[in-house]
Amino acid sequence: MTILKLAIKEITRRKLNFILSLTSVILAVTVLVGSLTMLRMHDIRTTQIILQKEEETKQRMLELEDDYRKIMKNLGFNLLIIPKDQNLGDLYVEDYASKYMSEEYVDKLSNSKIMSIRHLLPSLQQKIKWPEGRRTIILIGTRGEVPFVHRDPREPILTAVPKGGAVVGYELSTSMNIKKGDSIRLLGKSFIVEKCNEERGTKDDITIWIDLAEAQLLLEKPGKINAILALKCHCYGNDIAQVRKDIAAILPDVQVIEHGTHVLTRAEARDRAAREVQEALEAEILNRKQMRDEQELFSSILVPLVLLGAGIWIALLFFSNVRERKSEVGILRAIGVRSRHILFLFLNKAVFIGTFGAILGYVFGTIAGVALGGPVITATLDVRTFFIALFLALLLSVLAGWIPAYLASQQDPADVLREE
Amino acid sequence: MLRLDAISKTYRKNGTLIQALAPTSLSVEQGEFVAVQGASGSGKTTLLLIAGGLLHPDVGTVHILNTDLYSLNSNQRSQFRSLQIGFVFQQYHLIPYLSVLENILAPTLAHSSSKQMDRAVNLVNQFGLEHRKHHRPGELSAGEKQRTALARALLFEPKLLLADEITGNLDDANAKIVIDALQLFSVNGGAVLLVTHDVNVAKHANRLIMIKNA
Repeated sequence: MTILKLAIKEITRRKLNFILSLTSVILAVTVLVGSLTMLRMHDIRTTQIILQKEEETKQRMLELEDDYRKIMKNLGFNLLIIPKDQNLGDLYVEDYASKYMSEEYVDKLSNSKIMSIRHLLPSLQQKIKWPEGRRTIILIGTRGEVPFVHRDPREPILTAVPKGGAVVGYELSTSMNIKKGDSIRLLGKSFIVEKCNEERGTKDDITIWIDLAEAQLLLEKPGKINAILALKCHCYGNDIAQVRKDIAAILPDVQVIEHGTHVLTRAEARDRAAREVQEALEAEILNRKQMRDEQELFSSILVPLVLLGAGIWIALLFFSNVRERKSEVGILRAIGVRSRHILFLFLNKAVFIGTFGAILGYVFGTIAGVALGGPVITATLDVRTFFIALFLALLLSVLAGWIPAYLASQQDPADVLREE
Repeated sequence: MLRLDAISKTYRKNGTLIQALAPTSLSVEQGEFVAVQGASGSGKTTLLLIAGGLLHPDVGTVHILNTDLYSLNSNQRSQFRSLQIGFVFQQYHLIPYLSVLENILAPTLAHSSSKQMDRAVNLVNQFGLEHRKHHRPGELSAGEKQRTALARALLFEPKLLLADEITGNLDDANAKIVIDALQLFSVNGGAVLLVTHDVNVAKHANRLIMIKNA
């Protein structure tokens, strides 16, 4: 006969006491494991949602890329026509051509039957010291869009600056307190401010636009321009070489470079869309986090309460069991069983209750957690949670049973036997 | 074998001192069967519990096999009790969820021994419990319960058997079986201290000791 065997015999004899204790441990572990599983399911679900949304975003971005490619294909591309002898390095450093060509070039193009260019914008640009404003500015003379002679008139994409008028960049207007209708002096000539541009964040903010002819006069470049911007150029397959070839046939003395690229435009559009998607994703993550925090708060209140309730209930059942077994403990002590063996006898029962309660509670808790946590494809068994449940269940039942077991072990057998 | 020297016991109950056992001395020798009689409340059971090392006397000493029982610590006394002393009570004190055989083997909880199974089976046979050995106490008659309790007390072949009103719930036939067993135990060299009200039982003892009211 062993203490363990005696404990098992007692459990099988007094099933109700054991089942009631076991039920309370199962309940406590179910709530604990259910809460942990539900939180874990939530985390897994959140990861799945984020991965799914990221995949959707990726797919959407590919679609967007394709859409923009198609749109850009229809829009065509922009070209900058500059003098053939212009050094491109200088152009990129200064951002405008230092060489000049005849303004007649634009007229040649507009009079031609070239079909691959839609809009023509001749300009004369130069960085100058603005003596009246004591600033360095970029002066651009423009005549607006030059219409093609052999085509139906279209609405111009850029209107010309009237003679005697000026359009002022944002930085100049704000720093020098220039407003629409003001009169400004530029290189000794007065201009009425027609418009102050909004902020663009480019060199445009330190630019003044005036009529091309007046600019030619001020810059002493009569009949000269240094760039023709050809916008929305378009040909079959968007083959820039073909457009260059068409232009070269008309203007052999120029070179043609792409002004701004499709890639850049598409990238800007894509980045904007990506930002929106990212913001939506972050909002979803925040929402999921708030839901998790609420679940965690609820669990952090519920689980300790259930554990405490279960502990009290088990302790009461143990007290009842000790009382019921008073005579048994008395005779065991009388036949020489030591008090620590009596303690082990009751604690063995507590260990059984804790172990079985943990196993069954883990199963029920996992099922409940999965049911409440939403559909998750990933496997849900978690060894770490099981060992947490086992540890807490054993701790709960042993702690709850400890005082009754100790009191039983300290019971005076003489008192019991004399009473009997 | 057993020597009680001037032992006494007083309880405090509800603030009042109650003398459970007046100063008493007695001895029981090896092979002797001693009966103790006295009126209710005279301290017979208290005497038995003190003699068995279960109740510390206020004064006096208890020697069993020349060992001062109360000079041992609790664990040593438990060990000594499990091997040298057998207890039998009127209420049997069988463990209700164990079978007859398992109840007889219960002392092995204190002192495990591989040889005790054979000894337990022999005791089952000796006390006519073969057909009941797998039955639980609830399924036994009073006589069978007391025989089981007696067999349990004899498992480790103790030198001293302490019995408290063990025939109180038994019919004559079963009482005779139990008393015969006690006599056999003493004849074989054991010492028996039996507390009883029953004059017919007491007359089987070698010696009768009367305790006056404390």
